[in-house]
Amino acid sequence: MHPAYNLMRHVYGWLLLTPAAILLIAFTHYPTVATFYESLFSKGTAIRPSRFVGSANYQAMIEDPIFWKVLVNNLWFAAGTIPVSVALAITMAMLVNRSLPGRSFLRMAYFTPTILPMIAVANIWLFFYSPDIGLIDQILGWFGLPGHNWLGDPATVLPAIIVMTIWKEAGFFMIFYLAALQNLPPELEEAAKLEGASRWYYFRRVVFPLLMPTTLFVLVNAILNSFKLVDHLFVLTKGGPDNASNLLLYYIYENAFSYFDTNYAATLTVVLLTMLAIMALAQFFFLDRRIHYR
Amino acid sequence: MLTLIRKTLTRVAMAACIGTVPVAAQADTELTMYYPIAVGGPLTQVVDGIVADFMKENPDIKVNAIYAGNYNDARIKALAALRSGEPAQLSVMFSIDIYELIEQDAIVAFDDIVTSPEDKAWLDSFYPTLMENGRTGGKTWGIPFQRSTIVMYYNKDAFRAAGLDPEKAPATWDELVVAGKKLTKADGSQWGVMIPSTGYPYWMFGALTMQNDQVLMNSAGDTTYFDAPSTISALEFWKDLGTEYKVMPEGTIEWGTLRQNFLEGKTAIMWHSTGNLTTVKQNAKFDFGVAMLPANKRRGTPTGGGNFYIFKKTSPEERVAAMKLIKFMTSPERSAEWSMKTGYMGVSPAAYNTRKLQDYVKDFPYAAVARDQLEFATAELSTYQTGRVRKALDDAIQAALAGTKTPAAALREAQTTADRLLKAYR
Repeated sequence: MHPAYNLMRHVYGWLLLTPAAILLIAFTHYPTVATFYESLFSKGTAIRPSRFVGSANYQAMIEDPIFWKVLVNNLWFAAGTIPVSVALAITMAMLVNRSLPGRSFLRMAYFTPTILPMIAVANIWLFFYSPDIGLIDQILGWFGLPGHNWLGDPATVLPAIIVMTIWKEAGFFMIFYLAALQNLPPELEEAAKLEGASRWYYFRRVVFPLLMPTTLFVLVNAILNSFKLVDHLFVLTKGGPDNASNLLLYYIYENAFSYFDTNYAATLTVVLLTMLAIMALAQFFFLDRRIHYR
Repeated sequence: MLTLIRKTLTRVAMAACIGTVPVAAQADTELTMYYPIAVGGPLTQVVDGIVADFMKENPDIKVNAIYAGNYNDARIKALAALRSGEPAQLSVMFSIDIYELIEQDAIVAFDDIVTSPEDKAWLDSFYPTLMENGRTGGKTWGIPFQRSTIVMYYNKDAFRAAGLDPEKAPATWDELVVAGKKLTKADGSQWGVMIPSTGYPYWMFGALTMQNDQVLMNSAGDTTYFDAPSTISALEFWKDLGTEYKVMPEGTIEWGTLRQNFLEGKTAIMWHSTGNLTTVKQNAKFDFGVAMLPANKRRGTPTGGGNFYIFKKTSPEERVAAMKLIKFMTSPERSAEWSMKTGYMGVSPAAYNTRKLQDYVKDFPYAAVARDQLEFATAELSTYQTGRVRKALDDAIQAALAGTKTPAAALREAQTTADRLLKAYR
């Protein structure tokens, strides 16, 4: 082949890649590297300029009890929201994937929480959870049960936020499952019926495995969201009482913008990024092998 | 058809020229100002109205007043705008942000701007207590604007129903507990008192400690007194209102929904910012009263709210224009109007001497409670590293109220944290 032609082919290829590469580098790679770089410096002010401190920020982080607290909170938050919202999403998708009277109304009802902005959702739930005047306490009142200070009690605040998040997320995941279910060939169900398979057996051995690609996608999203979604904390609790509902990303925000310690915030961000990267990789490498793609 | 379109277009273009050119020619200086609202209600309209009046009187200055959320958001937005090179010449921000703003080298001292003797006299025309949070190191950095104290709102109908004198609000901690017990209903449908403990717990706590004759920090902003015996006993009293006397719900009480609780009669007494006064007045369906906070060793409340700051990155002309705007907005007439429309305080004695505020107070004496209470007021918690120090105290208060730590242990921890943070500044 002609060498000049070969060169042109390379140039052409790289040119095609450039737009995507620029975006990726500018908005993903550069910030990641800059964040890591920032995390090696001390907090700078006009009086005391920032200086290189090596791993001092990381040591401070390991000794910071609030960091461990928010990390553990975040793990509970993930463990509480992900399995339930995924299970609910599948159940709701199966429910509305049949011919029912008012089916589109039902689908819409399930999907509505997703359309609402998180801040609006949090404001609604703030009044649900209000002691005495809130919806939940009023319903409890009908049954003669005493009210509870849901967001003011460290024991109930995190579960309260988990419930709200599940309510918000499940509808979103349902849409993906619904789309996947509608792609399943109807012959499979007919064949299963002919063979005399029970509905549960059909779901367990046929539907669920075929939904696995969707489940992987939903799981990746759910895990990312459980670390990414903190809008509601601004409205509901501001991380309180005493950090009982504080999550990692909100703590990063507090450090960056309430305390202006962007360097410590960068340190925490590096930890968050590393964790998310490991989890995403693990999912793709381990789960992916066990998934049947048509 | 074409001529019609052309005619219309010409007319539109002409209208646009007439509409914009004279303004553009006159607006020599353009100011961008961020301001926060922390109590809700239609307060943005009031600010926008005053700013519009200012531009009418000063056609050579154009002001972009941008509502920026609560105090935290306002500071973040203003500083982010500055860092990204967007213009902002002045802002209303939390009075307690002063040390942070000085440390960031973001603001100028008013002493460095004012030159004439009358301007210097103007700096002293405000209530001295309101200046405490705006002055440090012998300089004035903040001019009071939307300033408040904590007052006690109470439901007179509930007082009558409980057999209490509706004209006599509890004046001491003991009276508060006694009244609270009478007001609290066993079925939980009405509590005696609620003191909010989310959002700004340290602020409410500043009142309780002052009533115990103890301040939370020194005026240099480098030492806190979180573990002083009087501080600890103040937190014990706050906690006891819930656990011991059962006149307040246990756990933390939400700042944002408290006013609604009061308006719906779920609590007979609430402690809240005077900034809520006008909203409560407009929405209460019952007879309500406003009183100074009760005393233990003495009466006490911190001041609160927002000050005007002028940013360092400003041209001399912009500083002159910004001073004009600040003088306008804090002038006795405007301050009186602001106070009547919101419940925030008039910032100077002269504001309360204006005819309209005097008439208003005559009709509605509660509008003067915050001012009368100034005599007993102290500065709001503000130190170097203020965000972290405040957070340490907030966490301690919430831990004690939620029962996860004893008040003494929680406050000692907070003091250790504060000491570690502030050591470098002493």
